[in-house]
Parts: sequence; C-alpha cells; structure tokens
Amino acid sequence: MIKLLVYIALFLMLVLIFQLMRIYQLSSEIKGKNIGLANEKDNRSQGRGMLAFAFGFFIFLIWLIVRFKNDMLPVAASDVGKISDNLFMFNWIIIFIVFFITTFMLFYFGYRYHKSAKNPEAYFYPHNDKLELIWTVVPSIVLAVIIIYGLSLWGKLTGKPDPNALNVQLYAKQFDFTVRYSGADNQLGTTNYKMIDDASNPLGMDSTDPKGLDDIVVKGEMHMPVGREINIQCNARDVMHGMYFPHFRDQINCVPGMSTFVHFTPTITTDSMRLITHDTAYNYVLICNRVCGAGHYNMFLKVVVDTKEGFEKWLATKKPQFDAMNKRRHGGTAVTMK
Amino acid sequence: METHAHEATHTAEHEHHHHHEHPSQSFVEKYVFSMDHKIISKQFLFTAMFMAFAAAIMSVLFRLQLAFPGEKSSTMHFFLGDRWAKGGILDPNMYLGLVTIHGTIMVFFLLTGGLSGTFANLLIPLQVGARDMASPMMNMLSYWFFFISSLVMFISLFVETGPASAGWTIYPPLSALPQAIPGSGLGMTLWLSSIALFVVSSLLGGLNYIVTVINLRTIGMKMTRLPLTIWALLITAILGVLSFPVLFGAAILLIFDRSFGTSFYLSDIFIGGQALSQTGGSPILFEHLFWFLGHPEVYIVIMPAFGIMSEIIAVCARKPIFGYRAMIGSMLSIAFLAFIVWGHHMFVSGMNPFLGSVFVFTTLLIAIPSAVKAFNYITTLWKGSIVFNPQLLFVVGAVSTFISGGLTGIILADSALDVAVHGTYFVVAHFHIVMGLSAVLAMFGGVYHWFPKMFGRIMNKKLAYWHFWLTFICAYGVFLPMHFLGLAGVPRRYYTNDAYAPWAKLQDINIIVTCFAIVGVLAQILFFINFFYSMVKGTKSDENPWKANTLEWTTPIVPGHGNWEGDLPVVHRWAYDYSKPGKKTDFVQQTVPMEAGELDEGEHS
Repeated sequence: MIKLLVYIALFLMLVLIFQLMRIYQLSSEIKGKNIGLANEKDNRSQGRGMLAFAFGFFIFLIWLIVRFKNDMLPVAASDVGKISDNLFMFNWIIIFIVFFITTFMLFYFGYRYHKSAKNPEAYFYPHNDKLELIWTVVPSIVLAVIIIYGLSLWGKLTGKPDPNALNVQLYAKQFDFTVRYSGADNQLGTTNYKMIDDASNPLGMDSTDPKGLDDIVVKGEMHMPVGREINIQCNARDVMHGMYFPHFRDQINCVPGMSTFVHFTPTITTDSMRLITHDTAYNYVLICNRVCGAGHYNMFLKVVVDTKEGFEKWLATKKPQFDAMNKRRHGGTAVTMK
Repeated sequence: METHAHEATHTAEHEHHHHHEHPSQSFVEKYVFSMDHKIISKQFLFTAMFMAFAAAIMSVLFRLQLAFPGEKSSTMHFFLGDRWAKGGILDPNMYLGLVTIHGTIMVFFLLTGGLSGTFANLLIPLQVGARDMASPMMNMLSYWFFFISSLVMFISLFVETGPASAGWTIYPPLSALPQAIPGSGLGMTLWLSSIALFVVSSLLGGLNYIVTVINLRTIGMKMTRLPLTIWALLITAILGVLSFPVLFGAAILLIFDRSFGTSFYLSDIFIGGQALSQTGGSPILFEHLFWFLGHPEVYIVIMPAFGIMSEIIAVCARKPIFGYRAMIGSMLSIAFLAFIVWGHHMFVSGMNPFLGSVFVFTTLLIAIPSAVKAFNYITTLWKGSIVFNPQLLFVVGAVSTFISGGLTGIILADSALDVAVHGTYFVVAHFHIVMGLSAVLAMFGGVYHWFPKMFGRIMNKKLAYWHFWLTFICAYGVFLPMHFLGLAGVPRRYYTNDAYAPWAKLQDINIIVTCFAIVGVLAQILFFINFFYSMVKGTKSDENPWKANTLEWTTPIVPGHGNWEGDLPVVHRWAYDYSKPGKKTDFVQQTVPMEAGELDEGEHS
C-alpha cells in the first residue's frame, strides 16, 4: 500500500515537473527568449564556471593529498620497492607538471575566450606545423626517459633470482594462502594436483621426491628473513588468485596449471616498520588481488619480516609435512599443522 | 544501394509522399522494424539509456556497501529483495554480480553499442551525404541483435544462481567453474550468449559503417573533407570488425570448456574435493584472447568520443579544429597501436617478462598521439569565440578527464610500477576517468548537440547546465579520491576492506566517493526529464541551430527517410571553415562553393 502511494506520488511529481517546464518555456517564448541556445549572459557565467571549477579542482586535489598522505602505504620495505618508489616520484613530478599546466590552460581558455561583445570573433587558425612538431617531439623524449627508467627496474623485478635466495612456495586456494618452505636443501619438492588430500596433503606433494621430504608447510602467516632474497614460486589449486605484496611493491598471479615467480629482498623488519609507522600493531600483508569467489575479500595472509636469527628460530618450531605423515604411518601422533 | 540511387532522382514532393503516406509504411515498419538509420540510431540510444540507468543503480548499490559495510539498507532490500539482500545486507556473491554486470553494461552496452550505435547510425549517412546506410537491412538486424543481447544480459540478473560474477573480464577458471562461484552457472551462460549476440550486432553494424563511409560519400566529399566525427566512427568500426571476432572465439572456447569438457583454459584443477580431468590448458590464453579485443575495445569506446569532441569544440568555439590532418593521423596511429598493446593488462599474469617490456614500449607510444590530440583541443579553444552551449561544457569536461586519466595511464603502462598498483582502486580510478568519463561526457555532449536533428527540438539549456555541473563535479568527486585508495594498496572487487587494519583509516574516502556517486546518479534525473520533455514539448529548432558547417544541417529540420529532399548535396570544402577571414558569416557550410583563389584548408599537407 505504501509502495503504491510512493509510486503515485512519484508520478504526480513528474507531471508537476513537466507542467512547470511547460510554463517556464511558454513564458520565456512570450518574452522572446530562447531557452535552448546560449546567450551572452550564459557565455559569461559558464565561462566563469570553468575558471572556478579549475581552482576548485586543484584545491580538492591538494586537500586530498594533505588529508590522506599519511594513510598511504609507508616507505617500501624491499630492495626493488625502493627503486619503485623513486620511479613513482619521478613519474609523479612529470605528471603533476603536465596536469596542472594543461588543465589550467583548458579551463582558462574556456573562461578567457568566451564569446562576448569584447570577443565577438574567433581567430582563424587551422594549423601550425611547428607547434605540432613540438608537441609530438617533446612528449616522445620525455616518454623515452620514462620507458628506459621503467624497463631497468622491470629487468630487476623479473630477472634471475640470486642463487642463494630462499626458495618458498605460496599456494593459493579459495580462500587462503599456504606457505611451503624448502627446508635444509633449499629446494622445493614436486607436487601433483592429483595427490591432493585436504586432510593429509593439502598441496599435493609427491612423497617419493626426496627434495620434498624436508619441506615445511605453514598456514596462517608467512615469515621471511630481512636482507636475504626470497624467491617465491606461486601456484593455485582451483581458480586464479592474485598474490599482492603492497609493501614490497610486487605482485603476480597464481595460476592453476603453472608456476609463476617473484623475488625480492625484504629490507625492513616488521619491528622497524612499526617504529616508522608509529603503530605498534602494524603488519605487512599479502592479499589476493584477482577476484576468486565470494570470499575473495577475506583472502589475505599476515606477513612477518624477521631478523635472520628470529626467522630461523621461528622456522625451527615447524615440522616438515612428511614428518607428520611418517609418524602417522608408524603409529605416532600427527603434528597439527597451523 | 541501387534503390537509393534511384530514389535520388525522384522529386522532393514525390519522396515526401512515398515516405509519409505510402500505405505499406505501417507503424511497425516505421518505428519498430525500421530500416531508417535515424530511427535505428534512436533505438540504440533508448536501449543504451535504459541499460545505463540499470547499471548506474547497480553502482549506487555497491557503493552503499563499500561506504557502509554491514549496515542494513532499505534501498538495498528494495532493489535486491530477500534473495540477495536479506535484512538489507548485501550478499557477497551479489556484490560481485553487481560489479560484473555494471562493468559489462557500461563498457559494451552503453559505450560500445550505445555510443557507436547512436552516433554512427545518425551521423554517417547525414554527414557523408548519403540517403541511408549501405545496407539498411543489416543495420536493422544490427539493432535487433543488440536488443536481444541487452535483453539476455538484463534477464541474467534475475536467475536463481545470480548473474555472472567473475568480473567483466570473466577470467577462467573462475568463470568456467560453477563450483567456484554460483554466478558461473546459468548466469555466465547467459552472459556468454549475450556477448556472442552482441558481437554479431557489432559486426553487422561495423561492416555497414565502413562500407557506407567508403562508398556512399556524396560528390566532392573527399576523405580529407570528412568531418572528424566520421573519421572517428570509421576507425572505430574498423577496430571493432578486426577485434570483436577474437572475443567471439574466446567466448566459444570458454563455452566448450564449460560444457564439453575441453581444456583450452583449464589445467590441473582441484576443486570441491575432487581433481578435474582437464590438463594442458592455460588461463593466460584466455587473457591474451580477451585483451586482444579488450584493449582495442577501450579505443572503440573513446574514438567516437574523440570525433564528437572535435566537432563540438570547433562548432562552439567558432574556430576550425586545430591540426585537422594531425587529428586524423593521431587517430590512425592510436588505432594501429591499439592492436599491439593488449599485454599491458597482463603484466602480472605470468607471461614472459620480455614480452612485458615490448608492451611497455608500445603502450607508452600511445601517449604521443594522445598528447597531440589533447594539445590540439586546447589550441582550438585558444582565441576562439566560445559559445557556451551545454554540449561544449560536456566536451571540455571530456577533454579534462581525458588528460587527467591519460596521465595516470603513464604509471600503469610502466610494468615495473604497474605491479605495485595493479588491480587496486588506482586502476579503477584511471580507467573510469580516461575511458568512462571521457566517453560518457562526450556522449552527453553529442546528445545535446544532435538532439535537434533527432527530434527537431532543442533541449532546455538551464537544466542542461545544472546537469553538467552536477555530473562533472560528482564525476571527479567519485574518481579522484579513488586514486588514494589504490596508493594505499586497497584492491578492487573487495566486498569490504576490513581484511587489513590500516585500511580502516581510509573509510572516509569511501564515504566521500559514495556520497558523490549518489548525487551524481540522481543528477542524471535532470537529463532524463530534460530529454523526454524536450522530445515532445521542447523549443522548436530551426534547420541549423548551432550554425554548423556539416551536411546534416542542410537537411530539413527533421529529415524523412532519404534525408534530403531533391538531389543529394554536393560538397565543396572541408567541414571547419569557421570564422574564415573575408566571409560574411562566421561559418561556411560544406555545400558552399569555393570562391576563386580560396584555399581549402582540409587539403593542406
């Protein structure tokens, strides 16, 4: 009943608006005013609107920067991240210069050259080869610099990992991440998706591969040592997942059926970052960044960067997966995996 | 075509009779299954307006969720009911569904079908001086495929398991496996069917546009005298014809994977407690195929906007478009480059890093012709005598968003920086501004500009000014703050942002964005009221209300089928002789013969 009344009210409102517009239009027509074409008064007021908008726009942007600059990601916590931050800054400087100049020119010209008694006629100016050459060549040079600078970092990000890098697997499934450390041999054992068993072998590790016997499977959080490169092999079980480390400025997709890799060296421990951000509870995070289902928004993993000693101490508390299997086989109690 | 050539010889009076009083022209033939390009254009526009209205409501719903997660909302319940918003709280599956369908509708149905369909149909015959499209029949089919496609997409919102919800890019395996997300069941089947129909519509339309521009130009209408709108629409059609079939292929392979157990995209998957038998496929193949359309697609969206922007700026600044040839050249080079940049959507996909570097290079190259275009628009305004008709405001707005959004593209094109913000709100802000806003603003501008040609009436300027300022301010109010969410690492397509504690400090941004979004959507009511009121009751227009040069303003106020009474117009000059020195008026229509010794600016090399 109320819904019906709402609809009737809406309908009557529409009729009212139409009638008002009709009255407005007829009265304008009687006065000889055209309500479709802009007149001199419109040119002046809309021209001023352009200029006012330009200033409002700049002020809004600056306000946003001032208001939220401390809530952005803190300083990059990896070697490549530091270069990335510099490259970002370099790009920002160019972008802001171009943005302010062109945006101001656009709206200022709108204001300055509105048609009026003072400016009744436009200047016939169909082309100027020299000008066009300038604004083809100058952007080309600037872009060349940006490309070269960018590709040098891209080379670092995607180049060969350090031979001493810590090899780790990140395994994604709906809706969590599992980490597998490669153990004493620093080599990951092979896996096969047909061997997956949620209770005993969630990653489908091949128990006949000796490289995998010392691999340690960890859930709930990921630890990495500061100052040592970490080389992460990414896999997914069911659908594509994103593996995004905002603080290390790196990400890659985890794709079912293939392995992808990222590597970087964490440079700031969690404890140091807490001092930097003045937040005693601050943590690094790994988040899923490729829509993967209804629980996508809950798919993340706490990341801890330890000192070298701290990392080894933490890892020593974890047992290889096949220990648990072996124990079970020999009648021992299974180690619960966290 | 022959019939049309034949018709050209008929007298005006005869034609009038033929088209208005011929007994065989029933209502259905004239307004429903019409073969008149002008009616088809309006059909595209109305359908696109309806779809866009639905998509805009969806955006309000998911914005409400993002600003006030977990709060009960009667609006949510009103639109989604108990099935998807029990107690007024949005279901996470429906959140993804809304995001997916919002994107799909806006990209395909509003900015491809709607924008190209409306303006290519309206303007190509009128501006090249043709009686209709090369094949009016194909043109009609193009609309009706579009209509069915829209219908299927709309219906998919109401199926039990929900609409497609794997994002508008529908990456498999998520889109292939109903076990992974309910929306990948019937919803995805309907999505794929709808898009397949859409491709058919787009191809029928596109081929027709190309043939018409190439073959049916009137006497004197050389390629170098074409208005930039036609150049833009021609290039758009070529892009569409070359890239849409690839999407069709991608969709067909996906249908095979979904229904017939093939493994084009699937490999080594363990889901729902069992290992699937498919091996050997690769989701990256899908990404390549999808983005081979997907990237040209964004130029299919922006190109017609470029054309509209060029035309309206020149008309309203009373000045020739600056650098006509450079504008054509930059559009052609953008179109060429559009085909070799798709990989910049895939820097994090795991494809070969060297390939990534190549895509960085080609992508940043696109910035050069884009910069040329922006500078040329600004120079056209310089020393103009600008008449602030509403369409000019929208077009200046579109240039502004093209600049703002284009500049952040420099960051995303740089693979090394892309990996730091890929898939975050920074990307959402970037493409909404550069592609969404620019194209939507230009489309509004186009509607205000060509409304007199469609309906013989002019829209109310006061309402139009209000519509512009509210829309433009809200547009930036929505998308400017989003960059900051992205720079804080907040990913897109998250139902809530409470996964990571530091993001809580950014909730203010989400509230600002949502407020602007709601006002921005409400502001469109002004447009709808103005549009429908003016359509029936608006101020009557004369033949050439904006004092423009192009051929559509030489027809009767509301042209009948066949467009010109009597002979087709003959063209003597380019479309941009505004404020030419030595002329009595500040515009010289293309049909006016050249005076002795007069230089044709379009011919200049």
